[in-house]
Amino acid sequence: MKKIEDFTVIGHKWLNYSSYVIELEAPEPLSPVRPGNFAEIEIGHSPHVFLRRPFSIFNVNMINNTLSFYVKVIGEGTRALGRARKGDKVNIIYPLGNAFTIPEKNKILVVAGGSGIAPFILYGKELQNHNKSATFLIGARKAEDIVLIEMFRPYGDILIITEDGLLGEKGMVTQHSIFRHDDFPCDHIVTCGPEPMMKAVAGLARKKNISCEVSLENTMACGFGACLCCIVETVDGNKCVCTEGPVFNINQLTWQT
Amino acid sequence: MADLSVSIHKLHLKNPVTTASGTYGYGEEFVEFMDVNRLSAIFVKGITLEHREGNPYPRMAETASGMLNSVGLQNRGVDYFIRHIYPRVRNFDTHIIPNVNGSTIEDYVTVTRRLNEVKGIEAIELNISCPNVKAGGMAFGINRKSAMEATRAVRDVYDKTLIVKLSPNVTDIADMARAVVDAGADAISLVNTFLGMAINAETRKPILGTITGGLSGPAIKPIALRMVWDVFKAVKVPVIGMGGIMNAADAIEFILAGSTAIQVGTANFIDPTVSIKILEGIKDYMSRHGVNSVNELIGGMQLS
Repeated sequence: MKKIEDFTVIGHKWLNYSSYVIELEAPEPLSPVRPGNFAEIEIGHSPHVFLRRPFSIFNVNMINNTLSFYVKVIGEGTRALGRARKGDKVNIIYPLGNAFTIPEKNKILVVAGGSGIAPFILYGKELQNHNKSATFLIGARKAEDIVLIEMFRPYGDILIITEDGLLGEKGMVTQHSIFRHDDFPCDHIVTCGPEPMMKAVAGLARKKNISCEVSLENTMACGFGACLCCIVETVDGNKCVCTEGPVFNINQLTWQT
Repeated sequence: MADLSVSIHKLHLKNPVTTASGTYGYGEEFVEFMDVNRLSAIFVKGITLEHREGNPYPRMAETASGMLNSVGLQNRGVDYFIRHIYPRVRNFDTHIIPNVNGSTIEDYVTVTRRLNEVKGIEAIELNISCPNVKAGGMAFGINRKSAMEATRAVRDVYDKTLIVKLSPNVTDIADMARAVVDAGADAISLVNTFLGMAINAETRKPILGTITGGLSGPAIKPIALRMVWDVFKAVKVPVIGMGGIMNAADAIEFILAGSTAIQVGTANFIDPTVSIKILEGIKDYMSRHGVNSVNELIGGMQLS
């Protein structure tokens, strides 16, 4: 059940120069949230942040009725939300969008680039509930952008790659040595991050004939299927990322990979 | 109890609050958030004869106090609407008003003929003002002669309430209103979006895939309000006003400027329950001002 509610900020923590985690408490018991679901947050009251901003739901606490969001500052909206203080009210529409599927398969590789880690704590939790685990390959431009790593530890192995080479292997995510193994250690891939990275991962998955789901980002006016702005081209025509996604199997997309 | 009901020609509306085409889907998208039965009408997403995929991505650019869109009438076509969508929404206790589009006058006429046969649909909104399609759309609405031709052709095949939606991208909106009323329009709705554009200075590229798009939101409200006033003075038929209405005070302004009913548009994206809040706010305004009927407020701006 989608809800529109005033949440209260109960925690706000900067992780580095450009990202933070904000935790908000719901006024009533939370609706169930699945990995990949997102929320539309009203930041508002500024002429330059007119629309809500969509954020992947990073973590959920069903006992305390809190949602948290991992936010990277990219513009006015994310900067303004970064100034929120404990006790502030924030209006949120949630849960929106579809979710990652839990595959039958057991060797799951999660590929996350930069702020693309956002949906994967919930994914790790859901895998754990199904007695599964994953390998988390996490990449970023700079070592200081690698944050919140320890949170993934309970849900599987962690591999790191950075373009500056100061943490983990050096290079782009798709250059990680895991992809060079003759005996490729996975049979299902899920990915979220910059589009060129996801396209490259989708290409690798396709080449190795491995099932793959991607979580897409898109500019949205509403987030619930009314505006028809956030489309992606699929084999069945244009689809709204907000209602038919954000998670798509790569076979649905028309990406040339 | 104040009387909220108004009439748009033969169409009876239980209150003046409706939602604008392209901002409210088919109503179904909002049932989880609000009681859509409280609206007096839903102007549903623009309908064309054929299935249309719409324009390429990106289709939206946020601008100061507003947004540009270039959706381009993505829809499954009139037959799909009649067969699959309308049966799902026809039982809402609100008027479902299709927004009719076409590339040619023949398209408009064919779509209208099919809708004319649908029981339960008591009005159409003829959209001669969509700025986001290559053929037809706004091209009809910015030229007096073609606006009249399109209106007359549709009028000839439609016996129920015909609302014509005007483009604000004209020099003299009052003249356009008079023209379509002369051609048979029963009511006028305005304004559609203003043609605009946005550029990303860093990449030096347009933000929209189509370069230009339609501007909506509070950024356009003062211009829309003035145009409603101009049209109200120019024609005798009812006017349905819209353009950046975000709250009840905005809605009241549009009514005072001459709107018999209003359409809530872009605000639905930010607060999917806003139309109910606007309805409640209108009731509250009427009680505070001792107004017994909405009809007393229409065009009621006091000049002295």
